Amino acid sequence: MSRYRVAVHIVPRRGILDPQGKAVADALHALGFGGVRDVHVGRHVVMEIDAADERGAERSARDACERLLANPVTEDFEIASVGAEGAA
Amino acid sequence: MRFGVVTFPGSNCDYDAYQAVVESLGEEAVFLWHKSSDLQHSDVVVLPGGFSYGDYLRPGAIARFSPIMREVITHAERGGPVLGICNGFQIACEAGLLPGALLRNASLKFVCEHTRLRVETTDTMFTNRFERGAVLTIPIAHGDGRYTADDATLARLEGEGRVVFRYVGGLGDADDFWSPNGAMRGIAGIVNEAGNVLGMMPHPERAVDPLLGSIDGLGIFESMLARVGA
Repeated sequence: MSRYRVAVHIVPRRGILDPQGKAVADALHALGFGGVRDVHVGRHVVMEIDAADERGAERSARDACERLLANPVTEDFEIASVGAEGAA
Repeated sequence: MRFGVVTFPGSNCDYDAYQAVVESLGEEAVFLWHKSSDLQHSDVVVLPGGFSYGDYLRPGAIARFSPIMREVITHAERGGPVLGICNGFQIACEAGLLPGALLRNASLKFVCEHTRLRVETTDTMFTNRFERGAVLTIPIAHGDGRYTADDATLARLEGEGRVVFRYVGGLGDADDFWSPNGAMRGIAGIVNEAGNVLGMMPHPERAVDPLLGSIDGLGIFESMLARVGA
C-alpha cells in the first residue's frame, strides 16, 4: 500500500445557470479584466488515499465523486492530479 | 396518526413541524434522531427545514447518509408518506427519492418572504383537501431553492402531473408563474412517481395559525390525515 494525494475538480455542468460564476465574471469585468469571457465556480477537493497503486487511488477518487462529492444531476468532475505521498 | 420528525444536526424547523402537527393538526408527533434506525412506528416521516451538516458540500448531500435515512428510504419504498420541507426537499433529492436538484438562488440572495403558490394538482395525498388552482400563501426561507432538472425530467414531471406547487405572481392566473429563486418553470414542490413523497421549498408548517399570518399550510397536513389516517 502506498499513499496518494488525489485532487479533483467539481464544476457546474455547462448549460446550467451558474449565477455565482456570472457574479464573479461581472466583478472581474468591473476590475478591468475585459478579456475574461466566462467564469465557473466549483470545488477543489484534495484527498489522501491509501491504495495499491496510482490507478487504484484514482479509481477510488472517481467512485467518491460519483457517490458523494459531485451531484450527477448538475455537476461534472475531473481528476486534476494524482501524486505519490509515500508509503502508507 | 403519528408523524415522525427527523432531527439532523443543523435542522432548525423540526420544532415548527412538531408544533404544527401537535398544536394545529391535533395529532401525535415524535422526534427521530438522525443516528437512530427506528422510525418509532411513524405513519408519516417529515424531513424538516434547516441546514443539516451546515450545508457542507451541498445542501442535503451529507444528511442523506445518516442512519435514519436508510429507514426513511425503506419507508418511502413501501409507499409510506414522506414530506420533505426546504432542506428536507434538498435531502430527498440528494437521496434519490425525488428527481432533480436545488441549486443556489439565481439572485445569490437568501430569500425570506411569503410566496403565493398555486395548487397544480389535488390528486395527491398531500393536496386532496385543496381546490385545484387555489393560490396559497406560504413562506419561503432559503438560499438554495432553484429547482433544476434536465428537459426529459421536467417533461415527465409535467406530463405525469407531478408538479404539485408552482410559485405565482399577484394574479395567480393559469399562465402566470414566477420564481423567487430562479426555479425552472416556477416549480416549488413535486412528488415522486408513486405519489407518496412530496418535496417543497416553502414551509407549510409556518403557515398553520392566524398568528403566523396564514393558515394555508394546514391543508397539506389535513390532506395527509384524510388519506393516511382514514
